[in-house]
Amino acid sequence: MIENLLFELEMAAPQVILGLVNGAFYALLSLGLAIIFGMLNVINFAHGAQFMMGAFVAWMLLAWAGIPYWGALVLAPLIVGAFGVVIERTMIARLYKLDHLYGLLLTFGLALIIEGVFRNGFGSSGLPYAPPAAFNALNIDIPIMFLPGYRVWVVIASFLVCLATWLVIEKTKIGAYLRAATERPELVQAFGVNVPRMMTLTYGAGVALAAFAGVLAAPIYSVNPAMGANFIITVFAVVVIGGMGSIMGSVVTGFGLGLIEGLARVVYPEASATVVFVIMAIVLLTRPAGLFGRG
Amino acid sequence: MSNAAMLEIRDLEAWYGESHVLHGVSLDIHPGEVVTLLGRNGAGKTSTLRSMMGLVGRRSGSIKFEGRETIGLRSDLIARTGIAYCPEERGIFASLDVTENLMLPPVIAPGGLGLDEIYTLFPNLKERARSPGTKLSGGEQQMLAIARILRTGARLLLLDEPSEGLAPVIVQQIGAMIREIKQRGFTVLLVEQNFRFAQTVADRHYVMEHGRVVDMVENGQLASSLDRLHEYLGV
Ligand SMILES: Nc1ncnc2c1ncn2[C@@H]1O[C@H](COP(=O)(O)OP(=O)(O)OP(=O)(O)O)[C@@H](O)[C@H]1O
Ligand SMILES: [Mg+2]
Repeated sequence: MIENLLFELEMAAPQVILGLVNGAFYALLSLGLAIIFGMLNVINFAHGAQFMMGAFVAWMLLAWAGIPYWGALVLAPLIVGAFGVVIERTMIARLYKLDHLYGLLLTFGLALIIEGVFRNGFGSSGLPYAPPAAFNALNIDIPIMFLPGYRVWVVIASFLVCLATWLVIEKTKIGAYLRAATERPELVQAFGVNVPRMMTLTYGAGVALAAFAGVLAAPIYSVNPAMGANFIITVFAVVVIGGMGSIMGSVVTGFGLGLIEGLARVVYPEASATVVFVIMAIVLLTRPAGLFGRG
Repeated sequence: MSNAAMLEIRDLEAWYGESHVLHGVSLDIHPGEVVTLLGRNGAGKTSTLRSMMGLVGRRSGSIKFEGRETIGLRSDLIARTGIAYCPEERGIFASLDVTENLMLPPVIAPGGLGLDEIYTLFPNLKERARSPGTKLSGGEQQMLAIARILRTGARLLLLDEPSEGLAPVIVQQIGAMIREIKQRGFTVLLVEQNFRFAQTVADRHYVMEHGRVVDMVENGQLASSLDRLHEYLGV
Protein backbone atom coordinates (compact mmCIF):
# COMPACT_ATOMS: atom_id res chain seq x y z
CA MET A 1 0.00 0.00 0.00
CA ILE A 2 2.60 2.52 1.13
CA GLU A 3 5.00 1.29 -1.49
CA ASN A 4 2.31 1.76 -4.06
CA LEU A 5 1.79 5.34 -2.97
CA LEU A 6 5.52 6.03 -3.07
CA PHE A 7 5.62 4.66 -6.56
CA GLU A 8 2.79 6.89 -7.64
CA LEU A 9 4.48 9.90 -6.10
CA GLU A 10 7.69 9.00 -7.84
CA MET A 11 5.81 9.05 -11.13
CA ALA A 12 3.92 12.23 -10.39
CA ALA A 13 6.41 14.48 -8.62
CA PRO A 14 8.73 15.20 -11.56
CA GLN A 15 5.80 16.14 -13.79
CA VAL A 16 4.31 18.43 -11.20
CA ILE A 17 7.70 20.06 -10.63
CA LEU A 18 8.21 20.43 -14.36
CA GLY A 19 4.81 22.10 -14.42
CA LEU A 20 5.93 24.51 -11.73
CA VAL A 21 9.07 25.39 -13.73
CA ASN A 22 6.95 26.05 -16.82
CA GLY A 23 4.62 28.07 -14.60
CA ALA A 24 7.57 30.21 -13.54
CA PHE A 25 8.08 31.19 -17.19
CA TYR A 26 4.36 31.69 -17.81
CA ALA A 27 4.19 34.00 -14.82
CA LEU A 28 7.18 36.15 -15.83
CA LEU A 29 6.08 36.41 -19.45
CA SER A 30 2.43 37.13 -18.77
CA LEU A 31 3.44 39.67 -16.12
CA GLY A 32 5.38 41.65 -18.75
CA LEU A 33 2.49 41.38 -21.19
CA ALA A 34 0.03 42.55 -18.54
CA ILE A 35 2.11 45.59 -17.61
CA ILE A 36 2.53 46.58 -21.25
CA PHE A 37 -1.14 46.05 -22.03
CA GLY A 38 -2.30 47.96 -18.94
CA MET A 39 -0.27 51.05 -19.72
CA LEU A 40 0.01 51.08 -23.51
CA ASN A 41 -3.10 49.19 -24.53
CA VAL A 42 -0.89 47.24 -26.89
CA ILE A 43 -0.92 43.45 -27.08
CA ASN A 44 2.79 42.84 -27.45
CA PHE A 45 3.05 39.99 -29.91
CA ALA A 46 6.82 40.48 -30.00
CA HIS A 47 7.05 39.25 -26.40
CA GLY A 48 8.11 35.73 -27.36
CA ALA A 49 10.76 37.08 -29.72
CA GLN A 50 12.06 39.36 -26.97
CA PHE A 51 12.22 36.38 -24.59
CA MET A 52 14.26 34.56 -27.21
CA MET A 53 16.51 37.63 -27.61
CA GLY A 54 17.20 37.53 -23.87
CA ALA A 55 18.46 33.95 -24.21
CA PHE A 56 20.54 34.79 -27.27
CA VAL A 57 22.08 37.87 -25.68
CA ALA A 58 23.06 35.71 -22.68
CA TRP A 59 24.66 33.24 -25.09
CA MET A 60 26.49 36.02 -26.99
CA LEU A 61 27.72 37.63 -23.78
CA LEU A 62 29.25 34.31 -22.76
CA ALA A 63 30.55 33.19 -26.16
CA TRP A 64 31.83 36.54 -27.40
CA ALA A 65 32.66 38.51 -24.29
CA GLY A 66 33.22 35.84 -21.68
CA ILE A 67 30.54 37.36 -19.44
CA PRO A 68 29.08 34.53 -17.34
CA TYR A 69 25.49 33.73 -16.37
CA TRP A 70 25.20 36.18 -13.46
CA GLY A 71 26.34 39.07 -15.59
CA ALA A 72 23.94 38.07 -18.33
CA LEU A 73 21.06 37.92 -15.88
CA VAL A 74 21.50 41.66 -15.34
CA LEU A 75 22.92 42.80 -18.69
CA ALA A 76 20.66 40.92 -21.11
CA PRO A 77 17.42 42.44 -19.74
CA LEU A 78 19.03 45.90 -19.89
CA ILE A 79 20.20 45.40 -23.48
CA VAL A 80 16.95 43.90 -24.74
CA GLY A 81 14.94 46.45 -22.69
CA ALA A 82 16.87 49.25 -24.41
CA PHE A 83 15.98 47.65 -27.73
CA GLY A 84 12.34 47.75 -26.59
CA VAL A 85 12.66 51.45 -25.74
CA VAL A 86 13.87 52.16 -29.28
CA ILE A 87 11.03 50.11 -30.79
CA GLU A 88 8.47 52.00 -28.69
CA ARG A 89 9.86 55.44 -29.50
CA THR A 90 10.28 54.88 -33.21
CA MET A 91 7.27 52.69 -34.00
CA ILE A 92 4.71 51.78 -31.34
CA ALA A 93 4.29 55.37 -30.08
CA ARG A 94 2.92 56.34 -33.47
CA LEU A 95 0.02 53.93 -33.14
CA TYR A 96 -1.57 54.95 -29.81
CA LYS A 97 -4.23 57.07 -31.44
CA LEU A 98 -5.28 54.22 -33.75
CA ASP A 99 -7.17 51.01 -33.09
CA HIS A 100 -5.57 48.28 -30.87
CA LEU A 101 -5.29 46.12 -33.93
CA TYR A 102 -2.46 48.21 -35.37
CA GLY A 103 -0.25 47.68 -32.32
CA LEU A 104 -0.93 43.98 -32.50
CA LEU A 105 -0.11 43.80 -36.21
CA LEU A 106 3.06 45.85 -35.77
CA THR A 107 4.40 43.73 -32.91
CA PHE A 108 3.42 40.53 -34.71
CA GLY A 109 5.39 41.70 -37.74
CA LEU A 110 8.33 42.60 -35.50
CA ALA A 111 8.26 39.13 -33.95
CA LEU A 112 8.50 37.52 -37.40
CA ILE A 113 11.34 39.82 -38.42
CA ILE A 114 13.32 39.28 -35.21
CA GLU A 115 12.90 35.51 -35.39
CA GLY A 116 13.87 35.53 -39.06
CA VAL A 117 17.02 37.53 -38.39
CA PHE A 118 18.10 35.14 -35.62
CA ARG A 119 17.33 32.08 -37.74
CA ASN A 120 19.49 33.52 -40.52
CA GLY A 121 22.31 34.35 -38.18
CA PHE A 122 22.34 31.30 -35.94
CA GLY A 123 20.36 28.55 -37.70
CA SER A 124 17.45 26.81 -36.06
CA SER A 125 19.18 23.85 -34.43
CA GLY A 126 19.87 25.60 -31.15
CA LEU A 127 22.96 26.53 -29.17
CA PRO A 128 23.92 25.03 -25.82
CA TYR A 129 24.21 27.21 -22.72
CA ALA A 130 25.39 25.47 -19.57
CA PRO A 131 24.18 26.65 -16.18
CA PRO A 132 26.87 27.54 -13.64
CA ALA A 133 27.99 24.47 -11.70
CA ALA A 134 27.19 26.28 -8.45
CA PHE A 135 23.52 25.41 -8.88
CA ASN A 136 24.29 21.76 -8.14
CA ALA A 137 24.27 22.81 -4.51
CA LEU A 138 20.52 23.34 -4.89
CA ASN A 139 19.94 19.86 -6.31
CA ILE A 140 17.04 18.13 -4.63
CA ASP A 141 17.82 14.44 -4.39
CA ILE A 142 15.22 12.63 -2.32
CA PRO A 143 13.76 9.10 -2.62
CA ILE A 144 10.78 10.13 -4.73
CA MET A 145 12.70 12.28 -7.18
CA PHE A 146 15.79 14.09 -8.38
CA LEU A 147 15.42 17.77 -9.25
CA PRO A 148 18.33 19.71 -10.77
CA GLY A 149 19.25 22.71 -8.65
CA TYR A 150 18.99 25.04 -11.60
CA ARG A 151 15.24 24.42 -11.88
CA VAL A 152 14.80 25.17 -8.20
CA TRP A 153 16.58 28.44 -8.85
CA VAL A 154 14.32 29.25 -11.81
CA VAL A 155 11.21 28.90 -9.67
CA ILE A 156 12.72 31.00 -6.87
CA ALA A 157 14.05 33.70 -9.21
CA SER A 158 10.77 33.99 -11.09
CA PHE A 159 8.81 34.18 -7.88
CA LEU A 160 11.10 36.88 -6.45
CA VAL A 161 11.03 39.00 -9.59
CA CYS A 162 7.23 38.73 -9.82
CA LEU A 163 6.93 39.70 -6.16
CA ALA A 164 9.29 42.66 -6.59
CA THR A 165 7.39 43.85 -9.64
CA TRP A 166 4.11 43.58 -7.77
CA LEU A 167 5.54 45.54 -4.83
CA VAL A 168 6.79 48.30 -7.10
CA ILE A 169 3.42 48.62 -8.78
CA GLU A 170 1.28 48.41 -5.65
CA LYS A 171 3.41 50.10 -3.01
CA THR A 172 5.57 52.80 -4.57
CA LYS A 173 5.06 56.28 -5.98
CA ILE A 174 6.13 55.13 -9.44
CA GLY A 175 3.56 52.36 -9.18
CA ALA A 176 0.88 54.90 -8.23
CA TYR A 177 1.69 56.89 -11.38
CA LEU A 178 1.52 53.70 -13.38
CA ARG A 179 -1.86 52.65 -11.96
CA ALA A 180 -3.29 56.15 -12.37
CA ALA A 181 -2.00 56.47 -15.93
CA THR A 182 -3.52 53.08 -16.74
CA GLU A 183 -6.90 54.50 -15.71
CA ARG A 184 -6.68 58.05 -17.12
CA PRO A 185 -3.43 58.87 -18.89
CA GLU A 186 -4.51 62.33 -20.07
CA LEU A 187 -5.37 63.51 -16.56
CA VAL A 188 -2.10 62.22 -15.11
CA GLN A 189 -0.31 64.10 -17.86
CA ALA A 190 -2.32 67.25 -17.10
CA PHE A 191 -0.92 67.04 -13.54
CA GLY A 192 2.55 67.50 -14.99
CA VAL A 193 3.71 63.90 -15.42
CA ASN A 194 5.53 63.07 -18.63
CA VAL A 195 3.21 60.20 -19.58
CA PRO A 196 4.73 59.50 -23.01
CA ARG A 197 8.06 58.88 -21.34
CA MET A 198 6.38 56.63 -18.77
CA MET A 199 4.89 54.59 -21.58
CA THR A 200 8.28 54.19 -23.21
CA LEU A 201 9.88 53.05 -19.96
CA THR A 202 6.98 50.71 -19.20
CA TYR A 203 7.40 49.03 -22.55
CA GLY A 204 11.13 48.78 -21.89
CA ALA A 205 10.48 47.22 -18.47
CA GLY A 206 7.99 44.70 -19.85
CA VAL A 207 10.46 43.71 -22.56
CA ALA A 208 13.24 43.46 -19.96
CA LEU A 209 11.08 41.02 -17.97
CA ALA A 210 10.71 38.88 -21.09
CA ALA A 211 14.47 38.98 -21.63
CA PHE A 212 15.07 38.04 -17.97
CA ALA A 213 12.85 35.01 -18.48
CA GLY A 214 14.87 34.28 -21.63
CA VAL A 215 18.13 34.22 -19.68
CA LEU A 216 16.56 31.92 -17.08
CA ALA A 217 15.40 29.65 -19.90
CA ALA A 218 18.73 29.53 -21.76
CA PRO A 219 20.27 26.68 -19.71
CA ILE A 220 17.05 24.63 -19.74
CA TYR A 221 16.01 24.80 -23.38
CA SER A 222 18.52 25.03 -26.16
CA VAL A 223 18.92 28.65 -27.23
CA ASN A 224 17.08 28.75 -30.55
CA PRO A 225 15.03 31.25 -32.58
CA ALA A 226 11.74 29.39 -32.07
CA MET A 227 11.96 29.09 -28.26
CA GLY A 228 9.76 32.14 -27.71
CA ALA A 229 7.15 31.20 -30.27
CA ASN A 230 6.70 27.83 -28.53
CA PHE A 231 5.95 29.49 -25.22
CA ILE A 232 4.04 32.53 -26.23
CA ILE A 233 0.80 30.91 -27.37
CA THR A 234 0.29 29.35 -23.95
CA VAL A 235 1.29 32.64 -22.32
CA PHE A 236 -1.40 34.49 -24.23
CA ALA A 237 -3.90 31.96 -22.95
CA VAL A 238 -2.61 32.61 -19.41
CA VAL A 239 -3.12 36.35 -19.88
CA VAL A 240 -6.66 35.84 -21.13
CA ILE A 241 -7.49 33.53 -18.21
CA GLY A 242 -5.93 35.83 -15.60
CA GLY A 243 -7.55 38.93 -17.04
CA MET A 244 -5.86 41.32 -19.49
CA GLY A 245 -3.75 43.82 -17.62
CA SER A 246 -4.15 42.28 -14.15
CA ILE A 247 -0.73 42.05 -12.49
CA MET A 248 -1.65 39.72 -9.66
CA GLY A 249 -3.84 37.73 -12.04
CA SER A 250 -1.05 37.00 -14.47
CA VAL A 251 1.36 35.82 -11.78
CA VAL A 252 -1.09 33.57 -9.94
CA THR A 253 -2.53 32.22 -13.18
CA GLY A 254 0.94 31.64 -14.63
CA PHE A 255 2.13 29.46 -11.76
CA GLY A 256 -1.30 27.85 -11.37
CA LEU A 257 -1.63 26.80 -14.99
CA GLY A 258 1.89 25.46 -15.06
CA LEU A 259 0.95 23.21 -12.14
CA ILE A 260 -2.33 22.18 -13.75
CA GLU A 261 -0.49 21.23 -16.94
CA GLY A 262 1.92 19.16 -14.87
CA LEU A 263 -0.91 17.40 -13.05
CA ALA A 264 -2.67 16.75 -16.34
CA ARG A 265 0.47 15.03 -17.58
CA VAL A 266 0.15 12.57 -14.68
CA VAL A 267 -3.58 12.05 -14.67
CA TYR A 268 -4.41 12.20 -18.34
CA PRO A 269 -1.33 12.89 -20.49
CA GLU A 270 -3.30 13.25 -23.71
CA ALA A 271 -4.91 16.42 -22.31
CA SER A 272 -1.75 18.12 -21.07
CA ALA A 273 -1.21 20.11 -24.25
CA THR A 274 -4.77 21.34 -24.45
CA VAL A 275 -5.84 21.75 -20.84
CA VAL A 276 -4.83 25.43 -20.74
CA PHE A 277 -6.93 26.19 -23.79
CA VAL A 278 -9.92 24.29 -22.44
CA ILE A 279 -9.67 26.37 -19.26
CA MET A 280 -9.38 29.49 -21.37
CA ALA A 281 -12.56 28.65 -23.24
CA ILE A 282 -14.44 27.97 -19.99
CA VAL A 283 -13.20 31.22 -18.40
CA LEU A 284 -14.08 33.25 -21.50
CA LEU A 285 -17.58 31.80 -21.46
CA THR A 286 -18.21 32.38 -17.76
CA ARG A 287 -16.02 35.39 -16.89
CA PRO A 288 -15.10 37.22 -20.09
CA ALA A 289 -12.93 39.74 -18.20
CA GLY A 290 -10.75 36.90 -16.86
CA LEU A 291 -10.45 35.49 -13.34
CA PHE A 292 -8.81 38.61 -11.92
CA GLY A 293 -10.06 41.12 -14.49
CA ARG A 294 -12.04 44.20 -13.60
CA GLY A 295 -15.43 44.82 -15.12
CA MET B 1 -5.82 94.09 -8.26
CA SER B 2 -2.58 94.50 -10.21
CA ASN B 3 -2.69 95.61 -13.82
CA ALA B 4 -0.76 92.75 -15.38
CA ALA B 5 -3.11 89.85 -16.06
CA MET B 6 -1.95 86.49 -14.75
CA LEU B 7 -3.87 84.73 -17.48
CA GLU B 8 -4.70 86.25 -20.83
CA ILE B 9 -6.80 84.30 -23.32
CA ARG B 10 -7.38 85.76 -26.78
CA ASP B 11 -9.46 84.39 -29.65
CA LEU B 12 -9.21 80.83 -28.39
CA GLU B 13 -10.77 78.31 -30.75
CA ALA B 14 -10.89 74.58 -30.14
CA TRP B 15 -11.94 71.43 -31.93
CA TYR B 16 -12.76 67.87 -30.90
CA GLY B 17 -11.97 66.02 -34.10
CA GLU B 18 -14.20 67.63 -36.70
CA SER B 19 -16.46 69.46 -34.27
CA HIS B 20 -15.56 73.08 -33.66
CA VAL B 21 -16.55 73.85 -30.04
CA LEU B 22 -14.87 77.15 -29.12
CA HIS B 23 -15.26 80.10 -31.48
CA GLY B 24 -13.00 82.80 -30.08
CA VAL B 25 -12.91 82.92 -26.29
CA SER B 26 -11.17 85.92 -24.72
CA LEU B 27 -10.77 86.59 -21.01
CA ASP B 28 -8.32 87.88 -18.40
CA ILE B 29 -7.64 86.81 -14.86
CA HIS B 30 -5.58 88.85 -12.42
CA PRO B 31 -3.47 87.42 -9.62
CA GLY B 32 -5.48 86.58 -6.52
CA GLU B 33 -8.88 86.77 -8.23
CA VAL B 34 -11.64 84.20 -8.15
CA VAL B 35 -13.35 84.38 -11.54
CA THR B 36 -16.23 82.24 -12.73
CA LEU B 37 -17.25 81.00 -16.14
CA LEU B 38 -21.03 80.81 -16.21
CA GLY B 39 -23.14 79.41 -19.01
CA ARG B 40 -25.72 76.84 -19.96
CA ASN B 41 -25.06 73.18 -20.64
CA GLY B 42 -22.84 72.83 -23.69
CA ALA B 43 -21.79 76.50 -23.73
CA GLY B 44 -18.12 75.50 -23.84
CA LYS B 45 -17.02 76.04 -20.21
CA THR B 46 -15.36 72.65 -19.78
CA SER B 47 -13.88 72.92 -23.25
CA THR B 48 -12.28 76.23 -22.28
CA LEU B 49 -10.56 74.64 -19.26
CA ARG B 50 -9.55 71.58 -21.27
CA SER B 51 -8.10 73.81 -23.97
CA MET B 52 -6.07 75.65 -21.37
CA MET B 53 -4.64 72.30 -20.23
CA GLY B 54 -3.95 71.08 -23.75
CA LEU B 55 -6.58 68.36 -23.52
CA VAL B 56 -8.54 69.06 -26.71
CA GLY B 57 -7.73 67.75 -30.16
CA ARG B 58 -6.70 71.06 -31.68
CA ARG B 59 -6.73 74.68 -30.56
CA SER B 60 -5.68 78.07 -31.89
CA GLY B 61 -5.44 81.62 -30.57
CA SER B 62 -3.40 82.67 -27.58
CA ILE B 63 -3.25 81.57 -23.94
CA LYS B 64 -0.64 83.53 -22.02
CA PHE B 65 0.08 82.52 -18.44
CA GLU B 66 2.29 84.97 -16.52
CA GLY B 67 3.38 86.40 -19.84
CA ARG B 68 4.31 83.05 -21.36
CA GLU B 69 2.49 81.63 -24.39
CA THR B 70 1.25 78.10 -23.62
CA ILE B 71 -0.95 77.37 -26.64
CA GLY B 72 1.68 75.15 -28.27
CA LEU B 73 2.78 73.26 -25.14
CA ARG B 74 2.11 69.63 -24.22
CA SER B 75 -0.25 69.28 -21.26
CA ASP B 76 2.38 68.15 -18.73
CA LEU B 77 4.48 71.19 -19.60
CA ILE B 78 1.46 73.47 -19.24
CA ALA B 79 0.90 72.04 -15.75
CA ARG B 80 4.52 72.76 -14.92
CA THR B 81 4.08 76.46 -15.71
CA GLY B 82 1.89 76.59 -12.56
CA ILE B 83 -1.68 75.72 -13.59
CA ALA B 84 -3.61 72.90 -11.91
CA TYR B 85 -6.83 71.31 -13.10
CA CYS B 86 -9.73 69.72 -11.24
CA PRO B 87 -11.95 68.07 -13.85
CA GLU B 88 -15.75 68.09 -13.88
CA GLU B 89 -15.91 64.31 -13.32
CA ARG B 90 -13.36 64.75 -10.49
CA GLY B 91 -10.96 62.13 -11.80
CA ILE B 92 -10.41 60.20 -8.58
CA PHE B 93 -8.48 57.02 -9.35
CA ALA B 94 -10.13 53.76 -8.28
CA SER B 95 -6.89 51.81 -8.07
CA LEU B 96 -5.29 54.37 -5.73
CA ASP B 97 -6.17 54.86 -2.09
CA VAL B 98 -7.05 58.30 -0.72
CA THR B 99 -3.49 59.18 0.27
CA GLU B 100 -2.10 58.00 -3.06
CA ASN B 101 -4.71 60.09 -4.88
CA LEU B 102 -3.80 63.07 -2.72
CA MET B 103 -0.06 62.69 -3.30
CA LEU B 104 -0.31 61.88 -7.01
CA PRO B 105 0.14 65.29 -8.70
CA PRO B 106 3.84 66.10 -8.60
CA VAL B 107 4.95 69.24 -6.77
CA ILE B 108 5.89 71.67 -9.52
CA ALA B 109 6.93 74.68 -7.45
CA PRO B 110 7.40 75.64 -3.81
CA GLY B 111 4.53 77.39 -2.04
CA GLY B 112 1.83 74.70 -2.09
CA LEU B 113 -0.05 73.71 1.06
CA GLY B 114 1.64 71.22 3.35
CA LEU B 115 -0.01 67.95 4.25
CA ASP B 116 -0.87 69.25 7.75
CA GLU B 117 -2.67 72.27 6.31
CA ILE B 118 -4.55 70.05 3.89
CA TYR B 119 -5.69 67.73 6.67
CA THR B 120 -6.81 70.74 8.69
CA LEU B 121 -8.89 71.95 5.76
CA PHE B 122 -10.13 68.43 4.90
CA PRO B 123 -10.15 66.27 8.04
CA ASN B 124 -12.09 63.47 6.31
CA LEU B 125 -9.18 62.77 4.01
CA LYS B 126 -7.06 61.81 6.97
CA GLU B 127 -9.68 59.52 8.47
CA ARG B 128 -10.21 57.73 5.17
CA ALA B 129 -6.51 57.66 4.19
CA ARG B 130 -6.44 53.96 3.28
CA SER B 131 -9.82 53.68 1.51
CA PRO B 132 -9.84 53.31 -2.26
CA GLY B 133 -10.38 56.80 -3.71
CA THR B 134 -13.68 55.98 -5.34
CA LYS B 135 -15.18 54.55 -2.10
CA LEU B 136 -15.50 58.11 -0.74
CA SER B 137 -18.82 59.96 -0.92
CA GLY B 138 -19.34 62.42 -3.77
CA GLY B 139 -18.56 65.38 -1.52
CA GLU B 140 -15.41 63.76 -0.14
CA GLN B 141 -14.25 62.89 -3.65
CA GLN B 142 -14.69 66.52 -4.66
CA MET B 143 -12.69 67.64 -1.61
CA LEU B 144 -9.97 65.15 -2.52
CA ALA B 145 -9.92 66.34 -6.13
CA ILE B 146 -9.39 69.92 -4.96
CA ALA B 147 -7.05 69.08 -2.08
CA ARG B 148 -4.61 67.24 -4.31
CA ILE B 149 -4.02 70.29 -6.51
CA LEU B 150 -3.43 72.61 -3.54
CA ARG B 151 -0.25 70.70 -2.67
CA THR B 152 1.55 71.20 -5.94
CA GLY B 153 2.57 74.84 -5.78
CA ALA B 154 0.40 75.71 -8.80
CA ARG B 155 -0.80 79.31 -8.52
CA LEU B 156 -3.80 79.16 -10.84
CA LEU B 157 -6.47 76.56 -10.10
CA LEU B 158 -9.07 75.53 -12.68
CA LEU B 159 -12.12 74.08 -10.93
CA ASP B 160 -14.85 72.60 -13.11
CA GLU B 161 -18.26 72.68 -11.38
CA PRO B 162 -17.13 71.62 -7.90
CA SER B 163 -20.70 72.12 -6.58
CA GLU B 164 -22.32 69.85 -9.16
CA GLY B 165 -24.57 67.17 -7.70
CA LEU B 166 -23.66 67.84 -4.07
CA ALA B 167 -25.93 68.48 -1.07
CA PRO B 168 -26.34 72.16 -0.04
CA VAL B 169 -24.34 71.73 3.16
CA ILE B 170 -21.41 70.30 1.19
CA VAL B 171 -21.69 73.09 -1.37
CA GLN B 172 -21.39 75.56 1.52
CA GLN B 173 -18.25 73.80 2.74
CA ILE B 174 -16.76 73.99 -0.73
CA GLY B 175 -17.63 77.70 -0.87
CA ALA B 176 -15.87 78.28 2.46
CA MET B 177 -12.90 76.34 1.21
CA ILE B 178 -12.65 78.43 -1.98
CA ARG B 179 -12.74 81.64 0.06
CA GLU B 180 -10.04 80.20 2.31
CA ILE B 181 -7.71 79.36 -0.59
CA LYS B 182 -8.31 82.81 -2.07
CA GLN B 183 -7.15 84.20 1.31
CA ARG B 184 -4.00 82.21 0.87
CA GLY B 185 -3.27 83.88 -2.44
CA PHE B 186 -4.42 81.25 -4.94
CA THR B 187 -6.03 82.45 -8.15
CA VAL B 188 -9.09 80.48 -9.23
CA LEU B 189 -11.00 80.05 -12.47
CA LEU B 190 -14.26 78.43 -11.45
CA VAL B 191 -16.74 76.90 -13.88
CA GLU B 192 -20.27 77.05 -12.49
CA GLN B 193 -23.89 76.74 -13.48
CA ASN B 194 -25.09 77.47 -9.97
CA PHE B 195 -24.78 81.19 -9.96
CA ARG B 196 -26.18 81.64 -6.46
CA PHE B 197 -23.16 79.67 -5.31
CA ALA B 198 -20.85 81.55 -7.68
CA GLN B 199 -21.74 84.92 -6.23
CA THR B 200 -20.69 83.82 -2.74
CA VAL B 201 -17.10 83.19 -3.82
CA ALA B 202 -16.22 85.17 -6.96
CA ASP B 203 -14.91 88.63 -7.82
CA ARG B 204 -16.11 88.58 -11.41
CA HIS B 205 -18.18 86.42 -13.72
CA TYR B 206 -17.70 85.70 -17.40
CA VAL B 207 -20.71 84.42 -19.28
CA MET B 208 -20.31 81.93 -22.12
CA GLU B 209 -22.71 81.10 -24.91
CA HIS B 210 -22.14 78.90 -27.98
CA GLY B 211 -18.38 78.67 -27.52
CA ARG B 212 -17.80 82.40 -26.91
CA VAL B 213 -17.51 84.73 -23.92
CA VAL B 214 -20.46 87.07 -24.35
CA ASP B 215 -20.46 89.14 -21.17
CA MET B 216 -18.61 90.00 -17.98
CA VAL B 217 -20.16 91.09 -14.71
CA GLU B 218 -18.40 92.33 -11.56
CA ASN B 219 -19.70 90.54 -8.50
CA GLY B 220 -20.62 93.95 -7.00
CA GLN B 221 -22.80 94.75 -9.99
CA LEU B 222 -24.56 91.42 -9.86
CA ALA B 223 -27.78 92.72 -8.31
CA SER B 224 -28.32 95.23 -11.11
CA SER B 225 -27.48 92.68 -13.81
CA LEU B 226 -29.74 89.90 -12.60
CA ASP B 227 -32.24 90.14 -15.47
CA ARG B 228 -29.47 89.93 -18.04
CA LEU B 229 -27.90 86.94 -16.30
CA HIS B 230 -31.19 85.11 -15.96
CA GLU B 231 -31.65 85.45 -19.67
CA TYR B 232 -28.19 84.02 -20.42
CA LEU B 233 -28.54 81.17 -18.01
CA GLY B 234 -32.20 80.45 -18.59
CA VAL B 235 -32.97 80.24 -14.87
N1 LIG C 1 -15.20 64.94 -26.43
C1 LIG C 1 -16.04 65.68 -27.18
N2 LIG C 1 -16.18 65.41 -28.50
C2 LIG C 1 -17.00 66.15 -29.28
N3 LIG C 1 -17.74 67.18 -28.83
C3 LIG C 1 -17.64 67.49 -27.52
C4 LIG C 1 -16.78 66.75 -26.63
N4 LIG C 1 -16.90 67.29 -25.40
C5 LIG C 1 -17.78 68.31 -25.51
N5 LIG C 1 -18.23 68.43 -26.79
C6 LIG C 1 -19.18 69.44 -27.29
O1 LIG C 1 -18.62 70.71 -27.08
C7 LIG C 1 -19.61 71.63 -26.70
C8 LIG C 1 -19.18 72.30 -25.42
O2 LIG C 1 -19.15 71.33 -24.39
P1 LIG C 1 -18.58 71.63 -22.94
O3 LIG C 1 -18.46 70.32 -22.26
O4 LIG C 1 -17.38 72.48 -23.05
O5 LIG C 1 -19.79 72.46 -22.31
P2 LIG C 1 -20.01 72.93 -20.83
O6 LIG C 1 -20.27 74.37 -20.91
O7 LIG C 1 -18.91 72.48 -19.95
O8 LIG C 1 -21.35 72.18 -20.46
P3 LIG C 1 -21.84 71.52 -19.07
O9 LIG C 1 -22.39 72.63 -18.27
O10 LIG C 1 -22.89 70.57 -19.50
O11 LIG C 1 -20.67 70.86 -18.44
C9 LIG C 1 -20.90 70.86 -26.56
O12 LIG C 1 -21.66 71.10 -27.72
C10 LIG C 1 -20.46 69.42 -26.49
O13 LIG C 1 -21.43 68.59 -27.08
MG1 LIG D 1 -18.79 71.16 -18.39
